[in-house]
Amino acid sequence: MNCRSEVLEVSVEGRQVDEAMLALVHTILLHRSTGKFHYKKEGTYSIGTVGTQDIDCDFIDFSFVRVSSDELDRVIRKAVGEFKDLCCALQDAMGNGTDGMGQISLEFYQKKKSRWPFSDECIPWEVWSIKVNVVNLANEQERQICREKVGEKLGEKVINIVEVINRHEYLPKMPTQSEVDNVFDTSLKDVQPYLYKITFQITDTLGTSVSTTMRRLIKDTLAL
Amino acid sequence: MDSDLSPQDKKDLDKFIKFFALKTVQVIVQARLGEKICTRSSSSPTGSDWFNLAIKDIPEVTHEAKKALAGQLPGIGRSMCVEISLKTSEGDSMELETWCLEMNEKCDKDIKVSYTVYNRLSLLLKSLLAITRVTPAYKLSRKQGHDYVILYRIYFGEVQLTGLGEGNHARFQTVRVGVVGTPVGTITLSCAYRTNLAFMSTRAPAEEEGGYTGVEDSQEVCTTSFSTSPPSQMGIPGKEGGVPQQVPVQPCHAAQAEHARASSCLPNDHVPAVPSGSGEDAEASSRSTDGKSVSPRDVMETTFTRKVGAFVNKPGTQVTTASLDLPFAAFAPRAYDIEENDPMVQPPESPATSSPLQGSLHSQGSGESGVPAQDDFVMVDFKPAFSKDDLLPMDLGTFYREFQNPPQLASLTIDVSSQSMAEDLDSLPEKLAVYEKNIDEFDAFVDTLQ
Repeated sequence: MNCRSEVLEVSVEGRQVDEAMLALVHTILLHRSTGKFHYKKEGTYSIGTVGTQDIDCDFIDFSFVRVSSDELDRVIRKAVGEFKDLCCALQDAMGNGTDGMGQISLEFYQKKKSRWPFSDECIPWEVWSIKVNVVNLANEQERQICREKVGEKLGEKVINIVEVINRHEYLPKMPTQSEVDNVFDTSLKDVQPYLYKITFQITDTLGTSVSTTMRRLIKDTLAL
Repeated sequence: MDSDLSPQDKKDLDKFIKFFALKTVQVIVQARLGEKICTRSSSSPTGSDWFNLAIKDIPEVTHEAKKALAGQLPGIGRSMCVEISLKTSEGDSMELETWCLEMNEKCDKDIKVSYTVYNRLSLLLKSLLAITRVTPAYKLSRKQGHDYVILYRIYFGEVQLTGLGEGNHARFQTVRVGVVGTPVGTITLSCAYRTNLAFMSTRAPAEEEGGYTGVEDSQEVCTTSFSTSPPSQMGIPGKEGGVPQQVPVQPCHAAQAEHARASSCLPNDHVPAVPSGSGEDAEASSRSTDGKSVSPRDVMETTFTRKVGAFVNKPGTQVTTASLDLPFAAFAPRAYDIEENDPMVQPPESPATSSPLQGSLHSQGSGESGVPAQDDFVMVDFKPAFSKDDLLPMDLGTFYREFQNPPQLASLTIDVSSQSMAEDLDSLPEKLAVYEKNIDEFDAFVDTLQ
């Protein structure tokens, strides 16, 4: 089984990073979450109900729908917040005026139990890479234009996401009760998204990742 | 085709399609109510939440949808459409988008109805939730209220997209929400939305009903139930006092006068007044603070009232611009009654000062040169201060007296029998011809001055 990979790219201003990421990640998770499973005897199960919520962005002319789950929202906000802090830290370190680039990856995976002593394998079946280009804007007028433009762009991205999802390509089989934790994240009380993980990567304008830059710096220091 | 499907599956599929159609309508209409939607997730299944999604059922909407379906199901050639339009407080309306639930002939025989089709329909509803927030009508619907409201219309049968744009303008764009294959056909859900949001001129009320050729014509004003504007405002278009809606208040062509509406229409080539994702302030900003209904005729003509001078008894009358085309029209012949009330012509009644103008311009005083006022007074010998009592013919006193009331300029003396201004103007060409003939004389004169 091949892992499906989709790439989305957006250019935003520093203070829009949070909301833009939240909008896209939540839109994807809306489609990749179900209600809580309740297994009954004879191997059947019933599914709980997923509620939805409209969220308005403050720094972007955009509104999106997310799953009504405060727990899930907290987890995503924390991850997006860390990503944004890294982006900003890099921008500060590189000096004013530099644009930064970062990438947030939302990976849906399945766990495959292995025999001891090997640990469980995580096999991704769908990866969404959201590339973010952080720009610096000079004045309020540019910011206002950016608000509207980014709103339109996010709208296009939502349409892209929906397009991909509606291709109805591979989805993990509905698991039995014993296997449910290998497919779904059952830690939340109200909804059940597919198992996912969020990772990110920050690069400077030259395209090299921060880790590479750090490595180079250390090497140079040791070489002296 | 149907023979491959077990009766139970067929029954389930029909039920799924029916409730999917009803839920689709609910999602679309609720997304255009102008409010943020929030429903709760529930871990324990309630059994009444179709497709495992918490979508509220607004009874009126369900009723309208069922009425439109009239017991049928969306099928091949039978599409269910939800049309979203905008209606201003003046009664002008414009179609914004049409959501179509259609079915085509492509069948997926192997698909499991009760499981895969159901889950995919659920996914499609989630996609619909996401896409309804992305089309331009969403932002418009969030701002509805005093200036305009958003209406919906459900119809069944053939899709009509003609209302989404006229003429050579780019008519509309289509976004596909998704597809779900079933053993009897492929369900597709899409939205065609208007791209040209320039406000079109009013349709006459009689045309509105005829314009829709759909099977069901149940244009339901959802404002009383769902809009944020008070119901009373919508009931009486035009009487509300012509508060302009999102279009800038400009006097449109006088032809609109017969519609008896406020000057609210725009010719097609104007900048779109309604935002299409940007500049959403436009619709709120052009709100006039003047509550009066402005008829086109009033706007075209300017009227003003002459300011009343001090001590004038009669109030100033209105003068229109037309009558003030002539320069110095105030000094023109007394065909106009205004002269009597014009403070410039009739000075305040102050006893001491007697302006020479009064004497000459007033009808009674014409022809006389300057000193009528003095006739009322006793002549007193005027001995100017510091002047010597000379024997010179022109002493200071005499000089002073003579030049205190200089005679009027002949050109300002107007007599009924004398030439009128118009006649003066007519004789100008002759005078110019004479001057041209003597041009050499004038040039010589100018040279002497230098």
